[in-house]
Amino acid sequence: MDFSFSEEQTLLRNTIQSFLQDNYDFDSRKAIIQSEDGMSKENWQQLAELGLLGVPFSEADGGLDFGPVETMIVAEEFGKGLVIEPYIQTVVTCGGFLRRASESQRQEHLSKIISGEEIWAFAHAEPQGRFNLSDIKVNASKNNDEYSLNGHKCVVSGAPWAQKLIVSARTSGDQSDKDGISLFIVDKSAEGVSLRDYKTVDGSMASEVTFENVKIDSSSIIGEEGKAYDLIELVVDETIAALCAEAIGAMSVLNDATVEYCKTRKQFGQPIGKFQVLQHRMVDMFMQYEQSVSMTYMVNLKLSEDELERRKAASGAKVQICNASKFIGQSAVQLHGGMGMTDELNVGHYFKRLAMIETQFGNADHHLKKYSSAS
Amino acid sequence: MDLNFNQADIDFRNEVRDFIKTSYTSEMKAELRRSKNGSASKDLHVKWQKSLYEKGWIAPNWPVEHGGPGFTTTQNYIFETEMAHAGVPRTVPFGLSMVAPVLMEFGTEEQKNKYLPDILATNVWWCQGYSEPGAGSDLASLQCKAEDKGDHYLVNGTKIWTTMAQHADMIFCLVRTSKTDKPQSGISFLLIDMKSEGIDVRPLITLDQSPEPYQEVNQVFFEDVKVPKENLVGEENKGWTYAKYLLEFERGNSYSPTLYRGIEKLKSIAKETSIGNGENLIDDSDFINKLNKCEIEIQALEFVELRIFSALSAGQRVGPESSILKTRGTELQQKLQELSVEAIGYWASPFVYDTFANINEPSIGPDYAMTIAPSYFNGRKTTIYAGSNEIQRNIISKAVLGL
Repeated sequence: MDFSFSEEQTLLRNTIQSFLQDNYDFDSRKAIIQSEDGMSKENWQQLAELGLLGVPFSEADGGLDFGPVETMIVAEEFGKGLVIEPYIQTVVTCGGFLRRASESQRQEHLSKIISGEEIWAFAHAEPQGRFNLSDIKVNASKNNDEYSLNGHKCVVSGAPWAQKLIVSARTSGDQSDKDGISLFIVDKSAEGVSLRDYKTVDGSMASEVTFENVKIDSSSIIGEEGKAYDLIELVVDETIAALCAEAIGAMSVLNDATVEYCKTRKQFGQPIGKFQVLQHRMVDMFMQYEQSVSMTYMVNLKLSEDELERRKAASGAKVQICNASKFIGQSAVQLHGGMGMTDELNVGHYFKRLAMIETQFGNADHHLKKYSSAS
Repeated sequence: MDLNFNQADIDFRNEVRDFIKTSYTSEMKAELRRSKNGSASKDLHVKWQKSLYEKGWIAPNWPVEHGGPGFTTTQNYIFETEMAHAGVPRTVPFGLSMVAPVLMEFGTEEQKNKYLPDILATNVWWCQGYSEPGAGSDLASLQCKAEDKGDHYLVNGTKIWTTMAQHADMIFCLVRTSKTDKPQSGISFLLIDMKSEGIDVRPLITLDQSPEPYQEVNQVFFEDVKVPKENLVGEENKGWTYAKYLLEFERGNSYSPTLYRGIEKLKSIAKETSIGNGENLIDDSDFINKLNKCEIEIQALEFVELRIFSALSAGQRVGPESSILKTRGTELQQKLQELSVEAIGYWASPFVYDTFANINEPSIGPDYAMTIAPSYFNGRKTTIYAGSNEIQRNIISKAVLGL
């Protein structure tokens, strides 16, 4: 057993830290959010140049052939910088599907992701399904060699920036059957795809995506028709592992900022950090953070285990991260007082991002149920 | 002890309901439903308050001699419950329930005659000048100073977190009139015209990102602002006493009627929210147990409130027990906001830019979801403002338990 990072992994972390130092201070981030695109294409190109867009892909596919620990390092550092650019959506989630796609699909698409040419988004959640991964109404009906796609996907994270979507759709079975779900690669510019783009409360962007008789060639299906559920669950667990890492990055910034603030902010003639009631709150924040780091390591180390163990690990980690995100986010605002309520201080922005991570791919209640059913 | 309403109470309840039906218009409802921070526009607030004024119900807690309606405890309970149930705009508290009680208790006859009728009729909009950048929880360390210049005071300094100062005609301010060893004993309570030369109001954008001019709070700057001597309330350097008196009114509200309204809303959301597999959130026992736990805690608070308020007559203050109400009220409000975010799942994510401008645009996701995340973010202020909840616990510990 060994929890230390290799030299190569430390180097990777240093690379990201210096990228963020140079490009991602709070004001630069704000300017990116307010820009017309809502993200920085230059930053995205730089991520490609640094090789970061190829982290999880095999050498044969043109990637760096790294594993979950390296993805965890990237996501954690991005969490510290509150990075807007859709790394997890494109590389971890859509990349996760494409890594398991056919040889020809990998050849066609992965190089464009690795080079930064294309951004991808995963269109899965539907209004009626909430966090239930198998509740899919979007329908793909087959006619000869073609599918016709119809329906509505909601809050598709990163979709406004994407060129390609991976869309889950029902090819057979009833609305919440695990059997009968298929995955399709869909060109966003295809006829019949329409998007309503909007900003999200954490500074990112998402879309409502509607498909109306969108024609998809059967070569665009990932894996076997109707058998996508297990793959979706696997890739969502990998995404959760990355989101946990992003969350601990954000938590660490909040904890440091809060301790620092309480050391310098004076009331009643002394730094407010001298008050025991605040000390205990910060100690609890610290303990929540340490447990979150530990659960994040745990899930990332268990991603390759058998299905049941992996599902338990992902849900267990997400429960911890949801609870800690809430506690640390709320406490950081509280301890910063009125300043914590302002848009000009970074604290609130971390708080909001953590609140959204709680919801993404299922909140604490959802994952507690999943954990119980897997135990 | 008796919990039942008599016929007169039931008649009164019908009268309140009828009033709401005619005065709380559909335009008002539409605007408030889409408000990110729970406030409406100034016009709406004024219009609503004037209709309450005409009915004689604008100031339920004022003594009759100053224009209060003379409600019984039961009538007041009915009034607050019905108003909260209908989701009407909150009356803006700075004039009606903050500066007015101070003027009634400590103001001169001239001050009462000059200010109280306009507060009652919502002819004048007030804001509160208490906190400063360096004086938050430790309010007594405030530095904004008023120098005696013979016939007037000269005010220099700044006030922060000034709610809706952009709308205000008047501000009541705690100012330093003397440097003493004990910071509390050099503070005075001053009324300042917001149109005075040298006052600058700058918006502070908060987490819900309501843009100017719909920002909730501001920083107010005073540079050589001349304030007539007659605008001093009570005695010079005794302002701390008045300030604390006011704070008990600020904190001593009943929270439960609005909290029950929150529970109702949440239940209707849970009924409408599909969670897959053909089920709705209302079928999820984990969620419903949390919601009901919250409802029971609200009921506990409600009966604390009823016990406290039934022992008071109009115009009387609650005392340090007001800190119990503020602490529990705000924490339960936050819990409800948290549960609401949980309830709407992915629909918490879309960002609504402006409070009122996009009122006719279709919402992203269900209509009710739009304001939930911003309210949750903005709601974090409640355990910070009016004395943080840490401070409230200190007050209870000192003033109630004698620790």
